[in-house]
Amino acid sequence: MPVPEKVIFEYSRAGRGAIDQWPQEVAPAALGDLPAKLRRTRLPELPEVGELEAVRHFTRLSQLNFSIDTHFYPLGSCTMKYNPKACNQYAMLPEFLARHPLAPESQGQGFLACLYELQEMLKAVSGMEGVALSPMAGAQGEFAGVAMIRAYHRARGDLKRNEIIVPEAAHGTNPATATMCGCVVREIPVASSGDVDIEALKRAVGPQTAGIMLTNPSTLGVFERGILEVAHIVHDAGGLLYYDGANLNAILGMARPGDMGFDVIHMNLHKTFSTPHGGGGPGAGAVGVGARLLPFLPIPVVGRDGERYRWLNEADLPQSIGRLSAFMGNAGVLLRAYIYMRLLGREGMRQVGEFATLNANYLLKRLQDAGFDAAYAQRRASHEFIVTLRRQARDLNVTAMDFAKRLLDYGFHAPTTYFPLLVPECLLIEPTETESKDTLDAFVTAMSRIQKEAEQEPGRVTSAPHTMPVRRLDDVRAARQLDLTWKPTAQP
Amino acid sequence: MSNLPADLRYTKSHEWVRTLADGTVEIGITDHAQHALGDLVFVEVPDAGRVVKADEPCAVVESVKAASDVYAPIGGEITAGNPKLAAEPEIVNADPYGEGWLMRLKPAPGAVAGAALLSAAQYQQVLDSEGD
Amino acid sequence: MAFIPHTEADVAAMLAAIGVARVEDLFDEIPPELRLKSLAGVPEALNEMQVGRLMSERARADGIALSFLGAGAYEHHIPAAVWAITTRGEFYSAYTPYQAEASQGTLQLIYEFQTMMARLTGMEVANASMYDGASATAEAALMAVRSNRKSKSARILVPMTLHPHYRRVAAATAANQGLKFEELPYGPQEGVITATALAPYDAEDITALIIPQPNFFGRLEEVDALTDWAHARGILVIAVVNPTGLALLKPPGEWGARGADIAVGEGQPLGVPLSSGGPYFGFMTTRMEHVRQMPGRIVGRTLDAAGKEGFTLTLQAREQHIRRAKATSNICTNQGLLMTAATIYLALLGPQGLMRTAAAAHARTRELTAALTRVPGVRLAFSGPYFHEAVLQLDRPVAPVLKALASRGILGGLDLSAYYPELVNALLVCATETKTSADIDRYRSALNETLQGVRAA
Repeated sequence: MPVPEKVIFEYSRAGRGAIDQWPQEVAPAALGDLPAKLRRTRLPELPEVGELEAVRHFTRLSQLNFSIDTHFYPLGSCTMKYNPKACNQYAMLPEFLARHPLAPESQGQGFLACLYELQEMLKAVSGMEGVALSPMAGAQGEFAGVAMIRAYHRARGDLKRNEIIVPEAAHGTNPATATMCGCVVREIPVASSGDVDIEALKRAVGPQTAGIMLTNPSTLGVFERGILEVAHIVHDAGGLLYYDGANLNAILGMARPGDMGFDVIHMNLHKTFSTPHGGGGPGAGAVGVGARLLPFLPIPVVGRDGERYRWLNEADLPQSIGRLSAFMGNAGVLLRAYIYMRLLGREGMRQVGEFATLNANYLLKRLQDAGFDAAYAQRRASHEFIVTLRRQARDLNVTAMDFAKRLLDYGFHAPTTYFPLLVPECLLIEPTETESKDTLDAFVTAMSRIQKEAEQEPGRVTSAPHTMPVRRLDDVRAARQLDLTWKPTAQP
Repeated sequence: MSNLPADLRYTKSHEWVRTLADGTVEIGITDHAQHALGDLVFVEVPDAGRVVKADEPCAVVESVKAASDVYAPIGGEITAGNPKLAAEPEIVNADPYGEGWLMRLKPAPGAVAGAALLSAAQYQQVLDSEGD
Repeated sequence: MAFIPHTEADVAAMLAAIGVARVEDLFDEIPPELRLKSLAGVPEALNEMQVGRLMSERARADGIALSFLGAGAYEHHIPAAVWAITTRGEFYSAYTPYQAEASQGTLQLIYEFQTMMARLTGMEVANASMYDGASATAEAALMAVRSNRKSKSARILVPMTLHPHYRRVAAATAANQGLKFEELPYGPQEGVITATALAPYDAEDITALIIPQPNFFGRLEEVDALTDWAHARGILVIAVVNPTGLALLKPPGEWGARGADIAVGEGQPLGVPLSSGGPYFGFMTTRMEHVRQMPGRIVGRTLDAAGKEGFTLTLQAREQHIRRAKATSNICTNQGLLMTAATIYLALLGPQGLMRTAAAAHARTRELTAALTRVPGVRLAFSGPYFHEAVLQLDRPVAPVLKALASRGILGGLDLSAYYPELVNALLVCATETKTSADIDRYRSALNETLQGVRAA
């Protein structure tokens, strides 16, 4: 069991420092023009440690983490596939790193070529007419999408359309985004089959409908079989369809949202296109649109005049919803996605969809054979599926969260447990295509062992984890007694 | 089966209402609500003097799992928010109908409860139909 | 190649276990008319060697120029250890720390980051970072509207000396939620907000005032006077600051009598390469009284079941995945990797190193403006102190001058005329500790020749 690491401030000693990293001292006179009243009177209290101390500290911290590089990480809806090292290496070539965002286009044709081709490839896999790369995360991509829908209706003078329909199984960002765009959310139920309730949808649409936000396959891990009818109903009522691309991995190379009738989509490049999750970011939420929404794309977008690439800005897109990022979004992330897509190529895209789905269906079947309950047992898994531990919670008092914590002891990161809210005691499991059969089998073995423990020695599961750097943490205390910054005389 | 004092009135959104001797009303959340939320970590109550309409959200109860709005069952002027809850939100969990009161309000003249107030039995029916 | 480890034997075994004949069959729930036959528009796969060659060619084509560009993204030396550690797989390929026991590395690092940023800005608490400085500013405006109990007008005063892109982003992202941004003009001589600009708002109901320091022109605003003016009127103060500058300049927590209410800025100068504009990270700090209105992730320290200290995400009830339609924001990320780099950077530099970096940037910029204003036709546009950026007034349009300089491998700065039509012939220049006296002299000489119309043979 790894030894927990002190907080870096505890290593701090006055006068220590990575002195070799500091620029030469500047004569005080050189700062004389800065008025005293605008000057800092005391240096900020940052840690004072040597370089080796800092390196050891942060290296040891890294060793306290689970990561894709070290563990199977079947987090549903997160697509924790392998992040190829080549993507990082070539995105970090010195010329790409050194380029200033406002450098002239003439000195960025190589970079712009990569981004333009990325736009084109994303159009091709999604079946859309235009792509903008600047949204910096899936949530920002969603914002852009809903903002474009609103802008579209306003441009047509249809000001009453301010309602966004969201299935009750939707990810929390969907309703939050709708509210951020000044829209009202209307939730509709999902049928027990896992598909959207078509009758409820028919009742929900009307002249107030701006659009509907859907994921397909849905957050329940199943394909929305009635999607063409859903599109028909919403379009007939004058609304538009927004596609949350969180689950694009399931259908990559096999089907395209544009063909399903979606008018606008966002894609999570940090999921489907394997850019690093980085402990919480940076992501990239590129948006794709059909012809109707092309004028509203957020700027900047990469355009091409003959052989030359250039940025398209407000002058080129006067109806754009505007600028979402100080510069042009997460360029380094976009380069990684570009490299990944070039490595995949046409056939590779298809393999992603195929093997992600094969792995999910295999894992589902093996878990069912081991006695676990699938939430939608009558459906095919997409690239993910839900196992419900409702029975274990009811009969053994062992919850999905308990299983999740015990899995950590077995060397597996837990699947997603916090949604969909619709399924109680759920584990949303997404293996991704880069995992081997052996890994999946090992996961099933672990789950079976935990089930046995739950039956025979439930305390072992409910008090898990036992072998991690910390035991289960007191969330309530964390929220009641807020300790958000380190203080020298802090007490537990 | 949660605790439901018979002398109080209730709302569908899980608030309770007690009429005090001086005509002001005292408002809190029910035992069912505090149980569903789990340990409360934070409570925000309205300032005295604030005027609220019936069904207006005017307080927030926050647990680790969820943050929920509390709605004014009746319109009027807030006379007090419970001052103890800032430091000890857990009082609401421990004593939701007594020490865990959230706010007191002077009903506006002729004020009508927005969502009709329920008796204990009626509120119990609401809980039963929600499948608890 | 799609990094798929399966052999044919694996596939056969798996299909048998599932009970289907072909992988195709697993897609039988998708309507046949939606099934793709082929993916035109995507080229064939390249292997790693081929991709490496392609990217190297493109990088070489772009090259690296001698740059004096600032304008919101700054070139600083990044110690080698920063990215060597940040790109470790355990940081690079880890997810958001929702399962705290498996993420103590990331969580503790965020806690350390929060502590450093709170201290740097002189505030009490920080979040785990936001997308970038521009979106952090927009989020701060939304937060001020939520937090300001006295003012409900949602009118936000925004100086024209705030980065033009930040103003556009605020408009694009916050306007749909009822915020009204009103621009404050700057004094044409001084290049900062003056009392004249504030006068029309003396008795108005305003929710927040944004104060950049330094401002987009590199000029130093009168932060104390502005802060006190705002607080006297129940207006919340949002500081937008450069983090390197905070090693030398008074932090927002000490502005005026009571300090700013919210401080945000672009964190890129702290160990993040320029990389064409992203990924960067925004930071946000505030006082404890506003912490529940602060968007983004926050890490707290607590105890585990055995009484040992540990770290976990906290105050999540505010976040989108719990409050859904009532969330403080829809933000679902923090710029984890960049925040990691910044934390390591700050640990390596410490207070002395950061202060020296700031001082060197200041000294180099002074040296730059001194050298360039020796060239006939070039003078400083504004009077008054500036920090690591300044506006020069040329005697002719800037664009052709920049083009000439670019052909000599020098990026001379930013032509301001596109952003400020009233600033004709104005050039924003920046020098950090990465520029030497020789670099500065090379620029001076090239500028001199360009303006004199002299070409090197």
